[in-house]
This record gives sequence, C-alpha cells and structure tokens, in this order.
Amino acid sequence: MSDHEYTPKSKVGKWFNDRLPLLTLANHLTDYPTPKNLNYWWTFGGILTFCLITQIITGIVLGMHYVAHADLAFQSVEHIMRDVNYGWLIRYVHANGASMFFLAVYIHIFRSLYYGSYKSPREVIWIIGMLIYFLMMATAFMGYVLPWGQMSFWGATVITNLFSAIPLVGESITNWLWGGYSVDNPTLTRFFSLHYLFPFLILGLVVLHIWALHVPGNNNPIGIDIKKPSKDTVPFHPYIVIKDAFALLIFLLIFAFFVFFSPNILGHADNYIEANPLVTPAHIVPEWYLLPFYAILRSVPDKLLGVIAMFAAIFVLVILPWLDTSKVRSTVFRPIYKQFYWFLVADVLILGYVGAMPAEGLYLLIARVATAYYFAHFLIILPFLGMKEKTTPLPLSITEPVLGGSADMAMAKNNSDFKEKL
Amino acid sequence: MSDSEKKKPNRRDFIVTATTAAGAVGVGAVVWPLVDQMNPDASVKALASTEVDISAVEPGQSITVLWRGKPVFIKRRTKEEIESARAVDLSELKHPEKDEDRAKNPEWLVMLGVCTHLGCVPLNDKGDYGAWFCPCHGSHYDTSGRIRKGPAPTNMEVPKYEFVNSNTIKIG
Repeated sequence: MSDHEYTPKSKVGKWFNDRLPLLTLANHLTDYPTPKNLNYWWTFGGILTFCLITQIITGIVLGMHYVAHADLAFQSVEHIMRDVNYGWLIRYVHANGASMFFLAVYIHIFRSLYYGSYKSPREVIWIIGMLIYFLMMATAFMGYVLPWGQMSFWGATVITNLFSAIPLVGESITNWLWGGYSVDNPTLTRFFSLHYLFPFLILGLVVLHIWALHVPGNNNPIGIDIKKPSKDTVPFHPYIVIKDAFALLIFLLIFAFFVFFSPNILGHADNYIEANPLVTPAHIVPEWYLLPFYAILRSVPDKLLGVIAMFAAIFVLVILPWLDTSKVRSTVFRPIYKQFYWFLVADVLILGYVGAMPAEGLYLLIARVATAYYFAHFLIILPFLGMKEKTTPLPLSITEPVLGGSADMAMAKNNSDFKEKL
Repeated sequence: MSDSEKKKPNRRDFIVTATTAAGAVGVGAVVWPLVDQMNPDASVKALASTEVDISAVEPGQSITVLWRGKPVFIKRRTKEEIESARAVDLSELKHPEKDEDRAKNPEWLVMLGVCTHLGCVPLNDKGDYGAWFCPCHGSHYDTSGRIRKGPAPTNMEVPKYEFVNSNTIKIG
C-alpha cells in the first residue's frame, strides 16, 4: 500500500506515471488507510467538497447573466429569476447552497471540537481549516452584497465600517475599501471580482487541508493513534466512499427541501427592495451563519473593542490547539470536558439567537453573558481543565475492546496479552 | 578564516545588498499602483460638492440630501431644540463639542446623516433625546447630533459647508 511502490499495470499507464505520477496519487487516494470506526460525523469533509464545487459551478453560471453595476445589479438578479432558463433554480441553489455550506462547516468544526481533531499532530490541518472558514465568511459576505438589495447595501456598510474603528488610519482604509466615500458602484464591482476569486483560493486551501490530513491520517471517534495500515483501518475506497455518498444523499434531501419548498426562508425580505443609501432598514441582520459573531460585536459597548472582540472570537479558534492542554483527544474519555463541550454548543446557539434580536434590554444582557462565557471556555476552562481533569483509560487499539470480549473500553488496557496472541 | 576577515564586507556582499535594495524598490513600485487603484478615483472625487435649496424647509423640519453617496441631514431647528442643545453641560458628553461650534447659524444644523458607529442612517425625531436614533445598534443623538447614549464613539460629523445665499447651502 506504500505510495512509492505503486506501478500501473498497463504500459501506457506506466509510461505516463513515470513522467507525471498522477496514477500514484489516485492509488494513494483509493487505498488511503482510514480508521474503521469513523462515524457519520466524519462524512462532512466530503459533503463540504461537494458544497464548494456546487457553489463554484452555479456561481460561474450566474456570472454569465449578472451585471456588476449599482444601477443594473438588482434588475439583473430579477432577470435571472424571471427570464433566464432555469435561472431561478440556479440562483436558489447558489443562495441556499451558501447556507448549506455553512451548516456543514459548523458540523465539521464541532466534530473536530468533540473528537479533538485539532490536537497534535493535526494542528496545521486545523489552522488551514480556520483559514478556509474565514475566507468562506468573506466570500459569503461579498456574495450577499451582489444582488444590491437593502440588506446587501446596509450589510456592506456596517461590515466595512468595522474597519473605521482602527485608530488613525481607519477612515483611509474604509475609503480605500469602498473606492469612494460610501458603499457605491466601485465597492460593488470589486466585491464581484473578489467574490469570483475567493472560492478558488478556498479550493487551493482545501487541497492543502487534505494533503495535511493525509500526512498523519484521520483522527477517529476514540481519538487514539493507530497503526496504518492495520486491522484498525479500511481502504478509503470503497468503504468510506460509500459511507460519504450515503451521507451526501441525506444532506441533499435537506438541501433540496430548502431550494424547492422554502428558498427564501433563510434570506431576508428587505433584500428584495433595491439598495437605497438614504434609508436604513429598521433592523439590520446578517445571514444566520454570521449571527454569533454579530452578537459578540454588539455586546461590547465600545466600537473598537467590539470589533476586536469579534475578530478575537475567530482568532481564539486558530490558537485552540495550544489552549487545550489535554493530551487526550476524544471527548469520549473526558467526562468533565464533555459537559463543557455541550455548554459551548448551547452558548454559540444562544449567541446566534440574540444576534438576530434587537440589541437592547434582556437580549443585550444575554449576549454579554454568552460572549463572556465564549471567551472563558477557550481562555480559562480549556487550559485549566486539561491539567486537572481525570480522564478515563484509553483502549490500545480500535479493535481491542471488541476482540477483547468486553464492550467496556476501560477493560482494554488489561487485555494487552490477548493482543499479542492475535 | 579569522574574525576580522569574516566581518569585512567584500564586493559580493555589496552586490547582494544593492540588488536586494533595488529589488525592494521595484516590488514597491509595482505593488503601489495595484493598491492605489482601489482608492477613490477622479470621477468620485469630482462629485465633491453639492448645492441645496433650503427655501422650502420649515422650522422643525429636516431634509436629507445625498452628498458623496452619503446622506446629509439639513435640519431647521426650533427654538426649543436650539435651547436644549445649548443648555447641555459639556462634561455630560462622550464627545464634548459646543453646539455653537457645530451649528454656526443656530437655526440650521447640517451634518452627515451617518451614525459614527457602523454607518447606518439614524432616524429623525426618535430616541431618548427627541432627536436622532440609530436603529442598527441603538445609538441616541441629541438635537445637536451629539452622541449621548449607545456604542457610537463620536458625534455625527459636520461637513464643510457654507451659505451661498440665505436660501442655498453648498456642501463640500
């Protein structure tokens, strides 16, 4: 199964592979030894790749009909919806596809948080993943501006104004971003250009993400190091391919439900009003997938500190591998962390909820408590817990608890003599 | 090789340093146009001033005009509004500015209708001070457009403007 020993069977294949070892790569991807206990939470990598490709294909098609100009953009989107053959379908797939993409990426990220996939030796995979996530947010934000509706315009105004919080150079930076003194046509055209570019940067990072993954191999639900290949692994094809494909089908059912039955439920009605720089909608909300960060921004009463808190909320994730001091990866063996994990999930959902509500009264109070807890989780609880927590014993291999005749994984360590007989 | 020989720069060191320096200047010369093209261009800058007819504005009324893509509030203030704006103790203010400095002609308040928090357009006759209120993140402004409550860091900006005659204001 070693990549270097692979030789194609056909003469032509061998001739080509000696010059460009693409077949070696294909063979590596096919035989790639994967832990046999991967559960369905591991299928979201494949689902995310599908989402990215879908966004790129539908996006390229939309770009054939869309006009990036402040006077024409809104009408060209309506033109796509009403006149272009299947334009409604392609645009709804693209718009809902962004939401599905984020749904999948959040599950993917929380999978990593639960099973400790960000820990050594997978820190670089995690950091590349965070870069992808950050680029995804930038891409989605710029894409949302393109229809040039009221939410597009005012969302763009609020987000670009975040940079005006920077002392001294803030105003110059915002004017530079806008290409003027407010969000206007130059802003729209550059957002279109970058919205087209970024998915390809993401694609490049995805290649690096997978490359970095294939160096140590997949983490797994019990989070222990395994020998590859061994009794603990199965080849990627057909085992994981089939599992991924099945999960993708289920995911597509949900995707299709949104596209065909409630294509606008995740959007905002105000975005069907053309952008008007003189009227701010009564209640500006970003798309649902940015709401937790929006809640953090609004929970801080100072402008600059609010912006810093929002970016810090993302940055704290980047340095997570060094904040979590526990050597045990999987939450399965961390009884106390398991509770805090679910607190964090609840905390992020609460932040998302209050981010959609007006920033006043009780909502503001909840947002402040939830923001404080978010940072406390990463900066206080994780480093401290990793040193103090008593973890339950780890099995020595994936197969051992099964072959050892006991469902109790805690028994596994005592069965090492049994392992030698295997 | 002795230490003194090591430290003495030779002709190759000179060439490496000179080439690196020239290369850095070259990279800068290439990068700057690519960065600067994003700054406001000549056509945007050309729209730098606008004239507004204010003859039809009654006391207590406010109009909004577009200047450089941004709304400008032109408010003809009532006596009560002027008095309440001038009566405020400067020590109460987050961004202390005298109303006399913000409205040279006390009847007319001219300012950018842009919340200094994140750029939304505040609503007129709303909020705790009976003047402007930003619906986005809850900033309250007084009858002089000064920030009184909420996340905005500064007062609404007063642009450069002048009265061309008693009925016309030139902004910019």
